[in-house]
Amino acid sequence: MNHLIVLPILIPLFAGLGLLLKREGPALPRRLIALAATVALLVCGVLLMRESAGGTIQYYALGDWQPPFGIILVLDRLSALMVTLTALLALGSLCYASAGTDEEGSNFHGLFQLQLMGINGAFLTGDLFNLFVFFEVLLIASYSLLMHGGGKARIHSGFHYVALNLAGSALFLIGLGVLYGTIGTLNMADMAARAPGLDSGRLVLAEAGAMLLLVVFGLKSAILPLYFWLPRAYAAAPAPVAALFAILTKVGIYAILRVFTLIFGPQAGSLANLAQPWVWWLALATLALGGVGVLSSRDLRTQVAYLIIISVGTLLAGIGMNSIDAHGALLYYMVHTTLITGGLFLLVDSIARQRGKAGARIVRGRSVQQVALLGTLFFIAALTVAGVPPFSGAVGKALLLQAATPGQQVWLWPILLSSSLAAIVALSRSGSTVFWRASGNERSEARDNNGDTPGIGALRALGLLLLIGASPLLVAFAGPLSAYTEAAADQLADHEAYIQAILERHRTEGDS
Amino acid sequence: MEALFSMTTGVLAACGLFLALRGRTFPVVVGLTLLSYAVNLFLFSMGGLDTGGAVVLGDKGGPHADPLPQALVLTAIVIGFAMTAFSVILAMRARGDLGSDHVNGNRVDEPREERS
Repeated sequence: MNHLIVLPILIPLFAGLGLLLKREGPALPRRLIALAATVALLVCGVLLMRESAGGTIQYYALGDWQPPFGIILVLDRLSALMVTLTALLALGSLCYASAGTDEEGSNFHGLFQLQLMGINGAFLTGDLFNLFVFFEVLLIASYSLLMHGGGKARIHSGFHYVALNLAGSALFLIGLGVLYGTIGTLNMADMAARAPGLDSGRLVLAEAGAMLLLVVFGLKSAILPLYFWLPRAYAAAPAPVAALFAILTKVGIYAILRVFTLIFGPQAGSLANLAQPWVWWLALATLALGGVGVLSSRDLRTQVAYLIIISVGTLLAGIGMNSIDAHGALLYYMVHTTLITGGLFLLVDSIARQRGKAGARIVRGRSVQQVALLGTLFFIAALTVAGVPPFSGAVGKALLLQAATPGQQVWLWPILLSSSLAAIVALSRSGSTVFWRASGNERSEARDNNGDTPGIGALRALGLLLLIGASPLLVAFAGPLSAYTEAAADQLADHEAYIQAILERHRTEGDS
Repeated sequence: MEALFSMTTGVLAACGLFLALRGRTFPVVVGLTLLSYAVNLFLFSMGGLDTGGAVVLGDKGGPHADPLPQALVLTAIVIGFAMTAFSVILAMRARGDLGSDHVNGNRVDEPREERS
């Protein structure tokens, strides 16, 4: 067994436990432990990607209980990619947090590591109930992180977030119960193998269970009727936490992609492609409303939160298109959008810190102190997120638009492009308000009043550059990356290989 | 037995849902707790209801009870308990910080309260 597969869960677990033990004293050791653990996680993710690049699907049987009886972790191209993406995003937001946000409340680093453990576990697990457990791990850490530092807005939106997710967890369990009752197993590979052979009496129940799971994953990924919690919660969260939360919606999207292409994929007989038509139309509506939301936001943080909604709509449209090309394109887009929206949250926080009272509101106010640096970064990030060449958003969107069949193009092209247009209009308006319509007098006064106000500092700049600088890199290495994502999509479509890789050893042993 | 079991689950879930939709934090927390009880009961029955099944230990023969729902429901109870504890603390914190136990943070004397 390859023990590398379990490391993305163990590293943050032990780092998080250690950090919870050492809560008092100077912040430096905690920051160093957290950074070291995250760098180790990144290395681990890259190794996993190399491991999986060959195309073999490996599994790690926890406690050496063989599938389908024990809980397993599965490594394929998709999960390796997601783990690496998480580690990269976490590193950027951790660098940024280490500049001072982490000391605004207690236990930031410990909770951050436990959150990473939950996210990585959700990406790696091959068991549906285990997915629930890791969802809960990442949720309970996210509840606390959302309220890190306290304050009315955070407590307020925090309660909504917690109540909604508790209800979501209840639905998740009901869905799991129904599926176990009908299919008789919760191991994903085993479910995929058994789903086509269900008798007609159980089909309806299994369908109901599957759709319940879609609702739960839709809640996590913030699809149209279930996204109303997101803008407020993300806008209230501390910046590094909001940046990390950029991956949380992707956990939901990953779960939809995994469950509804593997278990209820095209091979599943009457249950085949259950969710895709729903996801397709809801994704388009999400895209349209996200565009409206971006235009109507009066606060930079809310605006970025609505940009997340747009990205969710785009990704889910990719799932709804339900072809290998579309899946490959959406995985490329996922890497781009996760990093850039995370970076935007950090950038908006930097801007808000330098504007005094005006903060993140899109109004005339004091000019920021580092106009050149922040302005350039905002310009690049805005172009990237709106999908203007030469940055990575354009590549991702072009891949997705190309992957649509003629029938889908009629809907996807106008809606996706007009939501991009909405993003450009909204971001250029807010950018020019923040950077150009600032009054010079107040700026010099501000300098006189607190002349010692430092710039954003090395750590914050490092975090920002890591996430926003990823965009040009994603363009430069678009070839290898999109080749990898296409290979991942190919692998995702090949159910038989997945089922074989996990159940074969058990089958041959049973036969002999 | 099935009828009684499903009615209990259904009544619990309905009460939980009703309370979870109320406007104050305490009923919401109680409602979510009731909902998680209903879900745990439901989960317990997902392998099918039967009585007198033997434990999956040794080689006694005869019908065995499905051990998986029991293991799962144990996990779900533990997680649900932790979440309830968390939401109680959070509700108290919200009462202290917002000065109101309304889920939208409205004060009693504000006119918005009457509308919502």
